[in-house]
Parts: sequence; structure tokens; C-alpha cells
Amino acid sequence: MFSQYALDHAWLIPLLPAAACMIIGVFLRRLPVLAATAAIGMSLLSFILAAGVAAGMFAQGITIEQPLVYKIPWLTLPGLAVDMGVYLDPLSVMMLVVVTLVALVVQLYSVGYMHGDEGFGRFFSYISLFAAAMLGLVIAVNFLQLFVFWELVGLCSYLLIGYYFHKISAREAAKKAFMTTRVGDFGLLIGILLLQFLFGTLDFQALPVQIPAYLVQHGSGLLTVVALLLFVGPIGKSGQFPLHVWLPDAMEGPTPVSALIHAATMVVAGVYLVARAFFLFSALPEAMAVIAWVGAFTACFAASIALTQRDIKRILAYSTISQLGYMMLALGVGSLTASMFHLLTHAFFKALLFLAAGAVLHGLPGKNDIFEMGGLRRKMPATFAAMVIGVLAISGIPPFAGFFSKDEILLAVFAVSKPLYAVAMVTAFMTTFYMARLLFVVFCGPEKSGQQAHEAPLSMKIPMAILGLLAIVGGYIPYTAGFGDWVRFGPAAHLAFDWKIAGSSTLLALAAIGLAWLIYGSGCNTAAVLARRSGLAYQLSYHKYYLDEAYLWLNHTLVDGFGKLLSWLELHVVEGILKGLAGLVGQLGNGLRKAQSGNLRVYGLVMFGAAMLMLLWLLFDPLLKGLLAGGGY
Amino acid sequence: MNLALLSSEIAIVVLAVLLICFDLFMPHRETRRSLGIVAACGVLAVLVHSFTQYGTVGTVYGDYFVVDHLALFFKQVFLTATLLTILFSFGYVEKFTQNKGEFYALLLFALLGMMIMASAHDLLTVFIGLEIMAVVFYVLVGFDLENIKSSEAGIKYLILGSASSAVLLYGISWIYGFTGSLLFKEVAANMAATPAILMGLGLIVAGFCFKLSIVPFHMWAPDVYEGAPTPITALLAMGSKAAAFAVLLRVFLVAFAGLKLYWAPVLSVLAALSMIVGIVVAIWQSGIKRMLAYSSVAQAGYILSGLLAANAAGVKGMLFYIVLYMVATVGAFAVVVAVEEHSGSDAIAAFSGLAQKSPLLALVMTISLISMAGIPPLAGFAGKLYLFIAIAAQGYLWLVVIGFVMSMISVYYYILVVKAMYTHPVQDDRVLTVNGPLKLVAMVSLLATLFIGIYPEPLAELANAAARALW
Repeated sequence: MFSQYALDHAWLIPLLPAAACMIIGVFLRRLPVLAATAAIGMSLLSFILAAGVAAGMFAQGITIEQPLVYKIPWLTLPGLAVDMGVYLDPLSVMMLVVVTLVALVVQLYSVGYMHGDEGFGRFFSYISLFAAAMLGLVIAVNFLQLFVFWELVGLCSYLLIGYYFHKISAREAAKKAFMTTRVGDFGLLIGILLLQFLFGTLDFQALPVQIPAYLVQHGSGLLTVVALLLFVGPIGKSGQFPLHVWLPDAMEGPTPVSALIHAATMVVAGVYLVARAFFLFSALPEAMAVIAWVGAFTACFAASIALTQRDIKRILAYSTISQLGYMMLALGVGSLTASMFHLLTHAFFKALLFLAAGAVLHGLPGKNDIFEMGGLRRKMPATFAAMVIGVLAISGIPPFAGFFSKDEILLAVFAVSKPLYAVAMVTAFMTTFYMARLLFVVFCGPEKSGQQAHEAPLSMKIPMAILGLLAIVGGYIPYTAGFGDWVRFGPAAHLAFDWKIAGSSTLLALAAIGLAWLIYGSGCNTAAVLARRSGLAYQLSYHKYYLDEAYLWLNHTLVDGFGKLLSWLELHVVEGILKGLAGLVGQLGNGLRKAQSGNLRVYGLVMFGAAMLMLLWLLFDPLLKGLLAGGGY
Repeated sequence: MNLALLSSEIAIVVLAVLLICFDLFMPHRETRRSLGIVAACGVLAVLVHSFTQYGTVGTVYGDYFVVDHLALFFKQVFLTATLLTILFSFGYVEKFTQNKGEFYALLLFALLGMMIMASAHDLLTVFIGLEIMAVVFYVLVGFDLENIKSSEAGIKYLILGSASSAVLLYGISWIYGFTGSLLFKEVAANMAATPAILMGLGLIVAGFCFKLSIVPFHMWAPDVYEGAPTPITALLAMGSKAAAFAVLLRVFLVAFAGLKLYWAPVLSVLAALSMIVGIVVAIWQSGIKRMLAYSSVAQAGYILSGLLAANAAGVKGMLFYIVLYMVATVGAFAVVVAVEEHSGSDAIAAFSGLAQKSPLLALVMTISLISMAGIPPLAGFAGKLYLFIAIAAQGYLWLVVIGFVMSMISVYYYILVVKAMYTHPVQDDRVLTVNGPLKLVAMVSLLATLFIGIYPEPLAELANAAARALW
């Protein structure tokens, strides 16, 4: 059976793209057609395997409680045993399918989008490496394996954001992304080390067994600190406030990269980490509250920035941050199912939105500002259709994918906390508003672009069609197929449906679309008037609450100042000591070197002299010891 | 008597004799590369065959010759080292004016000596294996008759080597005289801390330390390493050293296990001295072969320190380190051979701009050197980790600290070479051509160093299985 084969060979899923990366990097850098074929072929194989794994999971009844795990020892030392392996449960299998599917579609799209680019081979090599790293992260059996691949996806993100390295802004953005996520990774690493220290293992199967006993014995104080440290990693990687600043800048990378890495997969690694370690977080109410509030605040905060942005990809980036906040919020209120469901649908519709945005940018090269576009509906009907589907899906209009998952989150939040529910509803309203704004400004109204906009080629349309289809049915099908029976934490969570919440959120979305149409779509020039009237609020939002400037100031005063102090210390104190030490070592070496005269007699003398000394030591050492001890020899 | 256990050694002898006969009937103008290829294929076949020997463990000639996991492990190391050396010396041998064919046959005889040492289970067999190997190396070191340095190195090695053999033999005679046996097990049974036996022990330590180039018995090494034909230098560093360690393990952990209280302090001081002297003197070297010679003195110190743990963990660390050192050394020397053929010099200056001329060679050299320095994720890091953990657990924390500090200092001179290769300008615009076998060896070294570093467990497990054979 293929599904059995797939289950047995799940380790191939990350290995195939890794092989593609190596092959392209070594042999096919200058051969674009073959490079793309290799990357896409490997992705396709890896998707087929992932699908086989999913089929096998359903057939064999692999559940959250009974995962299929196989592992090999990677490093065994006294007191430290680290394994590498494959962890298959509904959670990771869902991620495997999503990642391989989106990676495949985005690579197909890239063939058209990156056509004629100088670094075509390099692009496919990087993106294959990314797929490998992300898949390795998903199937990790312990925190260390997860961390290794976590860093590797960070590296790929860096390489791909800085893909157009001849542009200063791209280089700066890559650095910013790397440094900012580093801050998060540092917390994560300390958390992981503390876990190893406390429990002596990092294994995802062993830890859940030990944690309840630990909590009974020692209380939750220290463990909460560990959990919060672990959560710092996701704050960085998944763009949660206050480490979200890198994600909008990451849009300097090619658009397919934004779709794959900075919307659908890598940025959800943080959400996945929290879900994977839910056995830890869910046992600590304080940590859960922090996650919920960080998520809710990020969602609302990022949405309020997206309201006024003008760069098409930046709007989507803030939207991604906001939606990631939504997922965190769902985790924080204890609903792993809702969070993962939203992760699934979001991967489809956000990738779709990015691909559509990419098609717009491809058709109108050199323009990023949505207010310079306008009226593209007629020139780019397919892209328009894709964008409409994406906007309706993210807005939560039934029966599109976002409706089901968003509703699930709202329901879960409503059950836990009313203030959080209010924040979530406001965010939902803003989300729909800014997405509708984007849609109306770019595609409706009179044509502003003097140049000839053109529709995307077929190789870009097909991926958009696939994702469009998924953005339509990607919510309803899992909903009816019992998503909550498989992906859950604790007892089976049947996806519930509440007419009040579903109805009110749909009405709110429709109202937001209507408002956006009034301001941006209807043709009366209310947008500029509004911007002028709302003054301070508009400026705050447009300048992203001046957070970047604040960080810059912080960097310049605190970090640079501290750096100067350290530099002085380094120059005058540390270097003096080190130079002295180095000089000493050098002198010692020089002296010993001089003994090496090349004279055979000297060599012989040293050799026999040393032998004599050694003999004397061996013979007289016991004698001396005996005398000292007072005994005879 | 089970001759199957001797099959590897017999095959190597037959192969070597055949090579000499072939050489006799070959026209003079032939380059003898074909002989090299035959030798390589033969060694490869024996290497593959040796994996089938894991099932048939036993002894031959009474208890004098033992085939166990430890012996097999070492034989595979020797076979691999010799195979890789043959592969990257094809080009080098062609520049000899005479006796090209004998070169490969002699390499095989040296290999035979090492293999006998790995299996030797008594002091006399040890001595025979050691002398087979040593005599062949005396010849090989001075093989390049056109080069005065090579001849000088050969003579020096011969004189000092014979002296050290005499010391060793003298020690063996003391042990035989006072325990009445040469067999390790019987020596262990009759062990007592009498002055006479301690005398024998001391002399044996001195004799082995010469072969291992442990400070202060190391002074021959830089001169010989520099003068010898480069492939021979590589084999000296990898094979001869590993063979001496193979014997050392059995001598100290079986025969003299009861005297650990006496030999451990001495060896710990010698190991520390080797690390310190090897590394600080290496800083001053301008020739890469001399630099690698001092580096090998220091590496021997690291490996020796594992013996102090006197348990399976320590031996496992030593075996692991021996393999990774071999892998890194073969890569580094393959590059040295290529650069020497190209520029006629082994000065570090000759490596300037190598990264532009041959990115592969520069990368292999870099990875090999950095692995020797012990930087993760390369094999050297895992090796040092295993060693340090094993000896720290036995209370030798001071030695770990020395090893740690010294490996930091060693980064300096390794990086100097890397700096020359990557940042210094190219000196001439001649194209550097690399022959296929050498490229193969370089790739093997590169991949193995990376693989062992990233996934050390398989080799660690193999080393562990070999180490347990001692107890």
C-alpha cells in the first residue's frame, strides 16, 4: 500500500527538497529550466508522500494520543541523549500537507514570476532548502531538532529577503529580519536549555509525562518562566508585538517568497511551536493569558496599521501579522483546534492574496503604491477574481474558507473572555475594511496607470486558480470532515456553530465592505478628506505608531552608547591583556622553535634525557610517596 | 588454526609481491599509474572484505594474534588511510625519476606492519609489526632521491627510529625478564609494582612516545614530515600514529592495567606537554608541512589524553578522534600535494589566492583545518567533546582546560592558512589542474568531515563497539 510506504518513509519528505537544493546548488545554477524542474519535481514527490502520510494517518487511526514516531540517536553523551526523527500525528501531518502543497504551488508560480531573472537557479535552490527546513521543523521529535530547523528556516528567510542583494533596502531588510528574530530565538534557546536542565529530556513524548508530576511537586512558578521564554521565540518568528517590525520589511524579497515564507509557512512556525508544546503551555494559566493578550493586541494593532498603508505588499504583511495574532489568541484561550484550522485556511487565502498581489506587481512593474494603480479590473480579470476570492475569504464571508475558521476562533474566545472577544471583533471589522480598501483602490475606479498593464501568464494563473479553489472549499470541507476530531488537544473538539456569532461577524464584515466602498470605491473623493480629518490617528497608523523610529532611537542611544563603552574597554583593557597573553604564547613558541636546530645529536640528547627523567620519576615517585606516607618501600 | 582470520594480511602480502613482479616486467617508460590503480583496487577489496570479518572473531597462533572488533576497527582505518594515500599520490609519484613501481608495493608493506600491530597480542608481535612498518617508512621517507631534504629526513628518521626501537626492545626485555611472559594477559597476571617492572614500563612508554611524536620525543617529526614525500608524510601522520595507538591501547589497558596509578600521571603530563608545545610552536611555522607536523604532535596529545580515562568512554573518544583526524589529514595533505605539484613549494605563501584558482581545494583545506581546530559542526568538535567528557569524568579537569585553551590558540594558525587562501591575491595566473583521483579523495574527506560532524552517532557507535572489545 502506498500509504504504508509513505508512513514508513516520511523522513523522505524533507529530504527530497534538500536533495533538490544540493543538486541545483552544485550542478544546475546556470540551467534555469532544469533547476525549476528539479525543485518542482522534488516538491511534487514530497507532496505526494505527504498526502500518502495523511491517507495512512486516516487509515491507521493515528491520533494526537497515539502518534507514529520513529527516531535514531543523533548524539549520545553521558547525561545527554539527542534523537532525530519523525513525529507523525494529525497536527504535524496537517502541516506537512499544507507546507508541501503551498510550496509546490508557489514554486509553479515562481516559474512565471521569476522568468528571466539572473538568479533563477539560486532562487529555486534557496526555496527548496527552505521547504526542507520547514518540513524538518514540522516533523521534529524534540525541541532541539525543532530548534535546529527553526534556525535553518530563519537562514533561508534571510537569504530570500535579501535575494535582490544589489538593492540596499533588501539587504537592510534581510539583516533586520535576521537580527529581530534572533532576539526571539535567544529566548527560545534559553527556554529549551532550561527544559533540558529541569527534565533531562527534550522529547515531545517524554515531556508531557513528566510535567504534571513536576507541577505537583514544585508548583508552576519556574515552569511559567520557561514557557514564557519559549514563547519569546514565536514572538520573533511569528511577528507578534513587539518583534513584528521585521515582517513588513521582509516584503523586499520576491513576492513568491512573501507568499510561501512570510505568509503561509515560516511565520506560522511560531504558532506551530506553541501548538506542539501545548502540553506545557496549557498547564500554565498565566502563560496562556500572556499568549492570548499578546495575540489579541498584535491582531488589533497590526490591523490598525494596515488601514492606512499604501504599499500593496505591506498591507498584506500587516494583515499577516494581524492574522498570526488571531491564531495566537486562539491558542491562548485554549483552542488548539481553532488556531490550527485558521492556520490551514490562512495559508490558502493569504498565499492566494500574495500571489494575486504578485501578479499585479508583475503586470505593473515598478509600482507598489495602491493609489497609483486603480482600474485594473478590466486589464487583469483573472487576478481580479483571485483577489476577490482572497478578500472574501479573509473577511469571513460564508462560504469561503476564512468564515469557518474565524468563526471557530471567535466562538472559542467568546467562551473564555468577553474583552478579548470585543478586541477580536474590532480586528475582524478592520481586517475586512482594509482588504476591501485594497481591492477597490487597485481594481475599481478609473485606470490611473498610463502604462500597459498586462495579465499574468498561464504559469501564474494556474497556481492562483488552485489556491483560489482551496480558499473557497478549504474551510467547508475540513469543517464537515471532522477537523476537530483529529487536530485537537484533549478531548475531541467538535466544531460548533453558533448562529449569533456567525451572523454578527458576517454582518460586521458586510458593513466593513460597505464602508470601504463608500470611502474608496464609490468614486467620490472621500478618502483624502477622511485622511485629513482624522489627523493624528491617521498619522500614527500610517507611521506604524513610530515603532521603527523608537527602535532606531533605542539602538542609537542605548545600544550604541553601551557599544562605545564596551569598545573603550575592549581597546584599553581587554586588548592589553590579550596582547600580553598572545605575546607570551608567541615568545614561548619562538623559544621552543629555536631548540629545533636540525641537529641530530641534540634530538637524540633530548630524547634520551627525557627518557631518563621519566624513568627517574616512575622509579622514585612511589618511593617518595611511600616515604611521605611514613611507610617503607 | 583459522587462516580466514589472517586473510586480510595474506591478501596484502600477495598484492605487494604481485606489484613488485608486475613492475619487473613493465617497460621502463610506463608511468606505473596502472600499478597504483591495481594497488588501490586491491586495498579497496580487502577493506570491503574486512567488513565481513566482524562475525568471525578469534585468535591465531595461540593467543599471539587476535582478531576482535578493536583490531578490525584499526585495520579498516589503516586500509582506508592507505587507499586514500595511494589515490592522491598518483601525480606525485610520476615525478620520481626511478623506482616508481616499488613505491606502491612499499606502501602496502607499511600497511601490513600496521595491520599486524593492530592484532598483536604480545610484546614480540608488536615489535615485529612495528619494525615492518618502521623499516618501510625509513625507506619511503628518503624515497625522493633527487631531493636532498628527503634523504636527510630519511637518515634522521632511521637513526632516531632505531634508537627508539632499541629503547622499546630494552623495555620489553625487562618486562619479559620479570613477568616471564610476553603475552599481554600473562603480563597482566604477573604484574607487580616492582622497580624492575616500572623500569620496563618507562622504557616502553619512551619507545611508543617516539612513534607517536609525543613531546619531548617529537623532535624528529617536523624535520621528517617536511623532508618526506608528501603522501608519505600524510601516511606517517595518519597510519603510523594510529598503529602506535592501537598497540598502546592493548599494552596499557590490558598488560599494564594494574599499574595505572603509575603510568597515568606520566602520560597526563606528556599529553599536556604535547598539546602545549605542538600548538605554540606551530604558530611560527611558515611551511605548511612543518605546521601540520606540529599540529599532529598536538593532536597526538589530544588522542593520548583519552587513554587516561582508562574506560570504554575514553577509548571510544580516542578511536573516534583517530578516524576524524585521519579524514581531516587526508583532505589537508591532498590539497598540499596539489599545491606542491602546481607551485613546487609547500610554504603557506604558496596557498595565496587558492580559493580563486580552485574553490574546491580551498574549501577542503578550510574544512579539514577547522575540523582539526574543533569547531562545530565539523567532526573535530564531536571528537574533542567525546574525549573531554570522558577524561573530565575521571577527574582530569586540568587537562581538559589545557586542551580547551590550546585548541582555541590553534585556531589562529589554522585560520592563517584559510586567510591566505581566501583573502590574499593570486600570485600567478597559471591554471591549477587537479587530477580525478585527488579530487575524489578531497571530496571524500570533505563529505566525511561534514557527515561525522553533523551526525556523529554511527561512527561513535562503531567506536564504542570496538572499545568494548578491550574489556
